[in-house]
Amino acid sequence: MSELVLENRRLPTGSIGKLANGYWGMICFILTEAALFIYLQFAYYYHAVQPHQGPWPPEGIPSMRMALPNTILLLASSFVVWWGEHGTKHGRRSHQLLGLGIGFLMGAVFLGVQGLEWQNKTFGLTSGAYASLFFTVTGFHMAHVVVGLFLLLAVTVWSFLGYFGPARSAYVSIAAIYWHFVDAVWITVFFTLYLTPRLGLLWAAP
Amino acid sequence: MTVTEYERAPEIVAEGYDSATAAGLKALWETEPGIKGWFSTVDHKEIGIRYIVTAFAFLVAGGIEALIFRLQLAGPELHLLGPEQYNQLFTMHGVTMILWYAFPVLTGFSVFLQPLLLGTRDMAFPRLNAFTYWVFLFSGIFLYVGFALGSVPNAGWFNYTPLASRPFNSGFGIDFYALANILLGISTTLGSINFVVTILRERAPGMSINRLPIMSWGTLTISVGLIFSMPSVSLAFFFLWMDRRIGTHFFDGSGETQPLLWQHLFWIWGHPWVYAIVLPAISMISQILPVSCRRPLVGYTALALATVMTMVLGFGVWVHHMFATGLSSMALAFFGAVSILIVIPSAVSFFGWIATIWTGRPVLNTSFLFCAGFIIVFVIGGVSGFMTGSVPVDWQLTDTYFVVGHIHYVLIGWNLFAVMAGIYHWFPKMTGRLLDERIGRWNFWLMFIGFNVGFFPMHISGLLGMPRRVYTYPEGMGWDTLNLITTVGSYVFAIGFLLLIVNVVVSRRRGAIAGPNPWDADSLEWSTPSPPPPYNFVVIPAVASRSPLWEERLQAPENRSSIGEGMVLDHGKEIAATSAIDAQPEVILKMPEDSILPLLTALALTGVFAGGLGPMWWLVAASAVIALALTCVWLWPRDRLAQTARPHP
Ligand code: HEM
Repeated sequence: MSELVLENRRLPTGSIGKLANGYWGMICFILTEAALFIYLQFAYYYHAVQPHQGPWPPEGIPSMRMALPNTILLLASSFVVWWGEHGTKHGRRSHQLLGLGIGFLMGAVFLGVQGLEWQNKTFGLTSGAYASLFFTVTGFHMAHVVVGLFLLLAVTVWSFLGYFGPARSAYVSIAAIYWHFVDAVWITVFFTLYLTPRLGLLWAAP
Repeated sequence: MTVTEYERAPEIVAEGYDSATAAGLKALWETEPGIKGWFSTVDHKEIGIRYIVTAFAFLVAGGIEALIFRLQLAGPELHLLGPEQYNQLFTMHGVTMILWYAFPVLTGFSVFLQPLLLGTRDMAFPRLNAFTYWVFLFSGIFLYVGFALGSVPNAGWFNYTPLASRPFNSGFGIDFYALANILLGISTTLGSINFVVTILRERAPGMSINRLPIMSWGTLTISVGLIFSMPSVSLAFFFLWMDRRIGTHFFDGSGETQPLLWQHLFWIWGHPWVYAIVLPAISMISQILPVSCRRPLVGYTALALATVMTMVLGFGVWVHHMFATGLSSMALAFFGAVSILIVIPSAVSFFGWIATIWTGRPVLNTSFLFCAGFIIVFVIGGVSGFMTGSVPVDWQLTDTYFVVGHIHYVLIGWNLFAVMAGIYHWFPKMTGRLLDERIGRWNFWLMFIGFNVGFFPMHISGLLGMPRRVYTYPEGMGWDTLNLITTVGSYVFAIGFLLLIVNVVVSRRRGAIAGPNPWDADSLEWSTPSPPPPYNFVVIPAVASRSPLWEERLQAPENRSSIGEGMVLDHGKEIAATSAIDAQPEVILKMPEDSILPLLTALALTGVFAGGLGPMWWLVAASAVIALALTCVWLWPRDRLAQTARPHP
């Protein structure tokens, strides 16, 4: 055993790809964030399945007019960011900058549309249990989008400064997986808030 | 400008702790002396000790609170405290003990020990490690600032809604608790991530997962558990804070809100948390006991699996805290069954220890005494837990002193006794000096006797119907004598604990010099000088068995670890990262130097939460912006750590 271990092999140094501690740290972080969204949606379902005076959601089924295109936009941004990461690893600087930069912009548009969606609601955060849940769940997601946007912005700027390329690109990969997480978790939020009421799953009449 | 080094073959040498190489490493790793160094150190040994000392300060605070209200309960109809003061004190006691003492103290041991046990030089994220310590400290100070200002939580440590909701509980006490708890949760979660990455990635070459020190199994298991369970309670406290300060409706009892949801979210975290504060302690016993018994642990694999199993089952028992809330009998049956199932892995550990003692040659030092005391109390606490795990019995016992007895057997027995054993065992490693054994005996016997005299009668007063959380009780209920005994026992226990502090103060100055391995122990930390130098190991050891320092006795010569010869890694602060299962070297990681940023960022984060009190949005916004800017500086990619691809190859 010890011979094998003491063998004098060449090893990479520093934060390289999936060997970087930061990458592992981010995976763990994503796990805890995923758990957070499970609990958020648990709270929603918990309220939804209890007996109600009227229908659930009490404010009517939320419209998908803006939410559906917005969902598609967010999912598409994941591919764009992936493309940028790919460019970084293969030394294509223009891919790198365009992919990360456009990914950032798409995320920002998503956020703006979410803001409009909030404004168009006829109820507010404090109107009742459903309203509190709706705004808190989507609000938590938006907060995560904001964090993801900061990460994308940072790696875009650092890419402009020429920090990342084929030799070292762990930062870009770390930002990218977080962004994929933010997108993936939106699908679950979308399913919970917009689709389950349509599927007639949570209609607990008196 | 030097060109970033992207790969190299590490030199393999045989060097001792007095070589020139060691001096070079010391210069690289050492914290600069003085106040700036003190605030910016990222040395895990320093941070670990700070964690332990801070947690003990909270233990003393919580203990004083308990001793005050125990005086009140010493006899019937005493009025030292009013009912509201009593509520505040027992709440602060429970909160302080379970959140700010019991887990952080174990974190302290893990932060100090894990890198040494694993044969590496620091945690995976040294600055994050400092950050989590500061956040823990500030969250506790935050809570006690509220206490000092008279804003004291008073709804028990589990803080049920709607009692804790604003219509029924005005003032800021609950808000202090809620915000401090979220802050502590951030610290705990990030700390857990740090442990997981450290244990999976930084083991000495050859330390495959089946050679992981048993104590690391405890830390790894609960860290994974906390990664999944912490968000639940943080979210619950966040909802509660929103209900109270923003006016949302989650559990305030109005309209269609669901107060019971609080209990679910709280206990989904709460029960895994109970394991988080006992499993690392249990695995600490499994680490110490074989050393005292002069033989390897019996049933290593079974004990490691039992640890993991307890955590897994621990996620399926939260409802046993809610048996009396009127849930369906289906739910009760399921959760009752799992609660009883969880006895099995605990029994596995128990038999492993007994067999280790039985087949070993125990050395009766203080550390062993605490291990033995631990095992006895472990059984009593386990049996009373088994009793409350059964639904009909629980209906009788819940909210009586029986439960108070049970939680103290579990928390003091399974946590504090193990911590005491750990202190006696590792104090020499931390300070270079042995604790005094004579004071140690007194320390143990006073604590052990005081504990049993103080807490066993609680079971009986509980069976006689005395409810918990009452500020006084009338005469003639048959509880008087029992309560007097309880109070006397508590004070004996407290005096016993005081002896530890005396012992530490005396021995730090005048204790016998320990030398590298005073107990002739088997794990890697004992191969370093006491206290270990800033870089821990001159060369990274290569490990070939579970007991690397006992191989002369246990292992054939061709199958031995290499402790004195290995990779030097001295082109800057460096460690080796190895693969997660087989621990084969994969990469040389560059570690960050000391920095004041963790402290500043922790302060800014605390500012965000302090702003939540009003809420004062300007404070929240300003602190958040500062925290963000600091994070940006902190994470700025650096050539020296080979994080960047400059200059282009
Ligand atoms: C000097 C040592 C201690 C004494 C005398 C003591 C005494 C007590 C008593 C009498 C209660 C019940 C209060 C009531 O229900 O009215 C209590 C509650 C509690 N204690 Fe201790 N205790 C001590 C140490 C500890 C330690 C070391 C821990 C944890 C590590 C702990 C954790 C708790 C918790 C979680 C509660 C429940 C608080 C609540 O009801 O919300 N205690 N303690």
